[in-house]
Amino acid sequence: MATTERNLIEKVWESHVVDRAPGEPDLLYIDLHLLHEASSPQAFDGLQLAGRRVRRPDLALALEDHNVPTNTLFVKDAMGSAQLERLRENCEEQGIELFSLGDDRQGIVHVVAPELGFVRPGMTVVCGDSHTSTHGAFGALAFGVGTSDVEHVLATQTLALQRPRTMSVEFVGEPPADVTPKDLILALIAHIGANGANGYAIEYRGKAVENLSMEGRMTVCNMSIEAGARAGLIAPDDTTLAYLRERWDPAAAADWDEAVAYWRSLRTDEGAAFDRVVELDVTGLTPFVTWGTNPGQAVPLDSAVPAPEDFGTGPEQDAARRAQEYMGLEPHVRMRDIEINTVFLGSCTNGRIEDLRAAADVLRGRKVASSITMLVVPGSMAVRAQAEAEGLHQVFLDAGAQWRLSGCSMCMGINADRLQGIQRVASTSNRNYEGRQGTHARTHLVSPVVAAATAVAGRLAAPTELTTPQGEKA
Amino acid sequence: MREPLKAHTGPAVALRRDDVDTDQIIPAEFCKRLTKSGYADTLFGHWRKEDDFVLNQPEHQGASVLVAGHNFGTGSSREHAVWALRDWGFRAVIATSFGDIFLRNALKNGLLAVALPVPVVAELTELVASDPAFEITVDLQELTVTAAGQTWEFEADHRARWLLLNGLDDIDVTLRKSDAIAAYEAGRPAWMTSITRGTYSSPDAAKLRRAS
Ligand code: SF4
Repeated sequence: MATTERNLIEKVWESHVVDRAPGEPDLLYIDLHLLHEASSPQAFDGLQLAGRRVRRPDLALALEDHNVPTNTLFVKDAMGSAQLERLRENCEEQGIELFSLGDDRQGIVHVVAPELGFVRPGMTVVCGDSHTSTHGAFGALAFGVGTSDVEHVLATQTLALQRPRTMSVEFVGEPPADVTPKDLILALIAHIGANGANGYAIEYRGKAVENLSMEGRMTVCNMSIEAGARAGLIAPDDTTLAYLRERWDPAAAADWDEAVAYWRSLRTDEGAAFDRVVELDVTGLTPFVTWGTNPGQAVPLDSAVPAPEDFGTGPEQDAARRAQEYMGLEPHVRMRDIEINTVFLGSCTNGRIEDLRAAADVLRGRKVASSITMLVVPGSMAVRAQAEAEGLHQVFLDAGAQWRLSGCSMCMGINADRLQGIQRVASTSNRNYEGRQGTHARTHLVSPVVAAATAVAGRLAAPTELTTPQGEKA
Repeated sequence: MREPLKAHTGPAVALRRDDVDTDQIIPAEFCKRLTKSGYADTLFGHWRKEDDFVLNQPEHQGASVLVAGHNFGTGSSREHAVWALRDWGFRAVIATSFGDIFLRNALKNGLLAVALPVPVVAELTELVASDPAFEITVDLQELTVTAAGQTWEFEADHRARWLLLNGLDDIDVTLRKSDAIAAYEAGRPAWMTSITRGTYSSPDAAKLRRAS
């Protein structure tokens, strides 16, 4: 007897099946297609070569983010500027809305789409970018795809897909006040491993998730892919509805109450099963940082670089050894003793207004250490404008940090903010891979408050260990 | 119609690394072209700078089967990783597991990405290392890998396999369902996002304010 209880992921999936045949993947309808300049040119090319048009330009939104410089509006690099140029031509030709460099709506695709209210519960969202999982924060099924799939969605507004297995991740208990959403997700990835959720879509559950703001939920869902999951969802609730209400166009034909009635039904039914259930007790959690070259190689800031032998005798030990060699770290070095030269606050993981507020709270009245270069890169121009309205930019500038325009910036070494030589970075972004932020860059993933405290201390640090601006110990 | 792809046989090379992410397969700075080709020189771009990197060895220049480790192609969605492997000359990659998006991208581009059990991959790695001319066959029709007189079975995505075996274009096949797509579209709720060009202004500050 088949059960009728369904989990959130199944509900969203089932409501998008266009066509289903036994033994075949489902043909799934895509409600929102986000585009950026780096993963789309070949898709538009393929479309044109085959003489096809974009089926639903009104369900697409394009942004310029990966290649844009953040200190000037002038793109110096020829190939980057060719990609931007091509995106503009393609969007013009196909009638797709594009927010370009220099536009006050520009920013990182995963920051802009939600802040304009385009991402809603129960939708399917794709983008040629793995961090599309961010949008799961709204109870949407959102996942990254390659360029071939981008072309497929442009042409058909669908994808033929096998339904992923479902995983429930329950954060048990309430975390201490100094634990941020970034720490929750880093702790989870360290717990299940950098491919621990491969083949799954995750639903994040528990009080610790319900207590998060939409920004915090986006940080958690953003890094689902870092656990190997293509998607990570959080059921919509009052927090979600309040966020969307502020962005609802009163002139829109759609009825808000009708939408809400449906959104309220998007919850995992009592008794519904998941293919896998993971629980993580967060009551004693402390700030987490990475020591290695994949996001699963993370430990509490209070601890030390582990010894490769701690990982048994298999490939994990070799991976740990190789990671430590690349990172220039010895086993048992205390994380707090690791000196840093660059601090990056930004990216689609932690470039939202709350992230900037949290970091500014730490930096207010303090100075960035003379050994440190700190970049503050708002996730969108709207975040930047809001931060300026609140005077946060002045806090960053007074502390000695750089206040930038919006873009992916140092998250990924594709634009002018790439690191040169061996630099050690505390970064609020999502990937600490070899060479990700520059050929020899050594990345430690951290939360915004740890990034700010690190900038002051010159070494990995939490806000609680800084002396107060008056010179007393906090 | 594309060329149907049924099987590939070729000399193999072993990478001997786990968790090779797409940033290693092709570093971001090389993903700026507008084309799907021209990536051969940038495959494993950072590692290629080291003379002793396996793909720099003269005896491996004609290799077309890559034997990797565990969790190959984890990380980003960049299809450039697949294009670069193809451009260098690889037609198949064998690993114990793959990043989800990479696997999908590979099959879409006719790169046979095949997962085999850990002991089998370990054995293949040793065989390959001892003989640069060692050949491996990946048969998509039979769903088998054959080398050194042994045969192992693998699984492949049903649709991807069918498209490759028959040389069919993915989008063409989906467009046969245009009626079903149109019927689905007719029933979509009114509250779904629809973007009219030129009607959105930057979110005013109030919308970004703390919802308290
Ligand atoms: S900020 Fe980083 S992770 Fe996010 S879309 Fe840009 S490059 Fe990708």
